Amino acid sequence: MHSEARASTGLKIGAIAGLLFLHLPILLIFLYAFTTEERTYQFPPPGLTTEWFAVAWHREDIWPPLYLSLKVAAVSTALAMILGTLIAAAMARSRFFGREQIALLIILPIALPGVITGMSLRSAFAVMDIPFSTFTIVLGHATFCIVIVYNNAVARFRRLSGAVFEASADLGANGFQTLRYVLLPNLGSALLAGGMLAFALSFDEVIVTTFTAGQQSTLPIWMLNELVRPRQRPVTNVVAIVVFATTFVPILLAYYLTRGGSETAGGGK
Amino acid sequence: MTRVSAILPERGLADRLSTVFWRRPKLLLLLLISPPLLWLGVVYLGSLAALLLQSFYSIDEFSGVVKEEFTLKTYGELFRAANMDIIIRTLLMSTAVTITSAFVAFPIAYYAARYARGRWKAVFYLGIMLPLWSSYLVKVYAWKLILAKEGIITWAAEGIGAGFLLDAVLALPWVGGNSLSTSFIGTWLVFVYVWMPFMILPMQASLERVPLSMLEASADLGASRKQTFRTVVLPLAMPGVIAGSIFTFSLTMGDYIIPQIVGTSARFIGQAVYQFQGTAGNIPLAAAFAMVPILIMLVYLALAKRGGAFDAL
Repeated sequence: MHSEARASTGLKIGAIAGLLFLHLPILLIFLYAFTTEERTYQFPPPGLTTEWFAVAWHREDIWPPLYLSLKVAAVSTALAMILGTLIAAAMARSRFFGREQIALLIILPIALPGVITGMSLRSAFAVMDIPFSTFTIVLGHATFCIVIVYNNAVARFRRLSGAVFEASADLGANGFQTLRYVLLPNLGSALLAGGMLAFALSFDEVIVTTFTAGQQSTLPIWMLNELVRPRQRPVTNVVAIVVFATTFVPILLAYYLTRGGSETAGGGK
Repeated sequence: MTRVSAILPERGLADRLSTVFWRRPKLLLLLLISPPLLWLGVVYLGSLAALLLQSFYSIDEFSGVVKEEFTLKTYGELFRAANMDIIIRTLLMSTAVTITSAFVAFPIAYYAARYARGRWKAVFYLGIMLPLWSSYLVKVYAWKLILAKEGIITWAAEGIGAGFLLDAVLALPWVGGNSLSTSFIGTWLVFVYVWMPFMILPMQASLERVPLSMLEASADLGASRKQTFRTVVLPLAMPGVIAGSIFTFSLTMGDYIIPQIVGTSARFIGQAVYQFQGTAGNIPLAAAFAMVPILIMLVYLALAKRGGAFDAL
């Protein structure tokens, strides 16, 4: 058993260094939100200040993109939760012709790079002369959010035993009562977790959005413009913290909602 | 005494519908599956079809209007030297990023799969999952801060007296540049940072499936730790490595934000797609360019399938 008991020092160092590599860079975003230097990324910052939070609050070009992002994320999540749950219900309990192909179709929007999803939608809008609007953004976002909800719901469906449905029917419940009193309570936390992950993904999405937004600006697109043509760099950091928190909190909640099961949320993006 | 039927009387529409669904499960299946299938079929497959269609159109060189007739001319343009450069550059970068990611991800996946227990298991899970899900742009931005000429790396290098080393790296031909944030080294680093977490999870899944009994057998037969690792663990983990490489390769190939923010002015496939459909207004060429990653990924997936990567997903 000498190969089993403890990890070698090299492996330990490799694993911990890898995790640090993944986490430390984000901390700099927080530090630079407080710097007094607004033209360069000078390190260490020459001084610290909290004025940028007030400046960001009063910058009027930040609010409309924030509202648009929240709106798009909310609508896309709602659509994805309905469609994702329906398809999970269909896929979990039955075997039918074409099932494998449908499973592939569901994951395709996130398996292919975003630039392809974006460019495809852009081509379709061009072919059919559809003008850019909030609706065109939602179209793209809902499509890749379906798989997130689906993954969470289908894992929970698999864990539910068929016997509970039979028991419910034996006790005189019809299909809708079983749905209301048996299925939904069991599915609830998985759906909530899936919805939160979908919201986080949509709120933060930029690659597909640049192809489907036209002249509109979501918060990530606003950030992208600031990265290419910076002005008041610490303000961008303040917005980055807001974006980070808005995606971080739902992800953490989703983890705690599904923890302990065989299907912890977020296993795949 | 009245006789009570074993079957409950129907209590309204809901009961009647339940009976219909019970008798015809296919009908329920159809009702459940048609809305999402319609959405994915029309919105997604329809768009992919539109992409394919557009890639066979061409643009009139004088008026700049899209000519809606079938031609292979647009695909022919991909073979022009400048465009081939873009494709080859993207493939080289994707390969470099994938190989580096495999080396960085492996210790994390191995430790998480074999040695992390209890609380550490949760720490590792969150430690891998949070960077995977957290905001893409924020991650890229963080690296712009790190790699900037006046940023933390230059400061640290000069602090420990290794400034000459950084200058030497930046003076390298091809991959060097004015500063790390305007060099291929910078682009490569950010790509690895952003896409590497996608490699850890499939790797970890395949490592977790390596049976302990095999490791014991290997030790019983007198293999050293190194030998066991090389001849037992690594071959069994390979499907996971290949599965992970699908993600890093595909995501790097399609990315156009990272090389735009950190890197040189030399373009990658994603940037070409974005610029041709936007400022240049040449949707057919953009569509043809977008077909390149699709075709490469189809080949890659076929090869990965042979390597047994799909069992690890």
